[in-house]
Amino acid sequence: MGLEGFNQSFLTTRVEDLVKWARRNSVWPATFGLACCAIEMMASGAAHYDLSRFGMEVFRASPRQADLMIVAGRVSQKMAPVLRQIYDQMVEPKWVISMGVCASSGGMFNNYAIVQGVDEIVPVDVYVPGCPPGPETLMHGILTLHEKIRSGQILRRPGEGAAIQIEEPVSRPA
Amino acid sequence: MHKDPGVGGVPGDDVADALADHVKGAFASASHGQTVVHVPRDAWREAVRFLKEEQQFTQCSDITAVDQLLRPDRPVPAGVDRERFEIVANFLSHPRNRRIRLITQVPDGDDCEVESLFELFSGTELPEREIYDLFGVRFAGHPDLVRLLMPDDWEGHPLRKDDAPSRVPVQFKEAQRPR
Repeated sequence: MGLEGFNQSFLTTRVEDLVKWARRNSVWPATFGLACCAIEMMASGAAHYDLSRFGMEVFRASPRQADLMIVAGRVSQKMAPVLRQIYDQMVEPKWVISMGVCASSGGMFNNYAIVQGVDEIVPVDVYVPGCPPGPETLMHGILTLHEKIRSGQILRRPGEGAAIQIEEPVSRPA
Repeated sequence: MHKDPGVGGVPGDDVADALADHVKGAFASASHGQTVVHVPRDAWREAVRFLKEEQQFTQCSDITAVDQLLRPDRPVPAGVDRERFEIVANFLSHPRNRRIRLITQVPDGDDCEVESLFELFSGTELPEREIYDLFGVRFAGHPDLVRLLMPDDWEGHPLRKDDAPSRVPVQFKEAQRPR
């Protein structure tokens, strides 16, 4: 759903495009580096592979000021409620990149301690594979997210995208 | 290092001899060139106190556990009754430059308990919590025996051999069943 409720005109389409342009060119990530992938995330933000050319050099420590949560690393069963709480504190519009195989699917840790994919806890927009993904792979994922923002809708109803409520408890019984 | 032979242990281990004299039912053996003394469970704290106060083993390097569910016929010194769990504690003596390992057998079930070493070595507080969390062995006298690594509401003890492996099936690999 875009701005169809309003009288369709050249101006409203332009406004949508303007909003999407603004959103994708200043995505501010929240720091959520959990394990080894955090090092590659730091490398992506550093000088050689520069994330600030995409407008995201500022990693906000407060989730309230962040747009994007890059889940970089293994999510343990104990960390899962914390992750969900940080995600809930982020303000719409928000996106999630699952960086690395541990965040995407549990990675090499197919056991009792690691959540088998962070999409059990938060809705994920882009999955970036790798162990760890190099900075170029992460940037490809970020550009994929930009494309998703560019071609998506600017208004999302609850139940679609980032407003999904996940009701199941995250702890896994024996 | 002394060179006279000890009681079935590493040659030269007078500490194993002294411990065997002090504690009834202690049997020494050697493992990869290191002295191991198996003590009965009811003499656990007394054996450790003896090592600390009279044999100068002032550091408890580590305390851990082994679930021997799948090895009921493992080799142990004669006189040692095998149980499911073994509690293994390593000690180091700085003035004597010696190490020694103590092992005690702990059965499963309601009696899955051993004395805590917290009063003698306060550094065992967290390792004993870890053993309780992952194996289910309780430590009598521990100040705060709660889970350490797993979430507080976790059910089960993950490092037991018969605990659910919690592996999800992935391509070409089915989920493991508990043995």
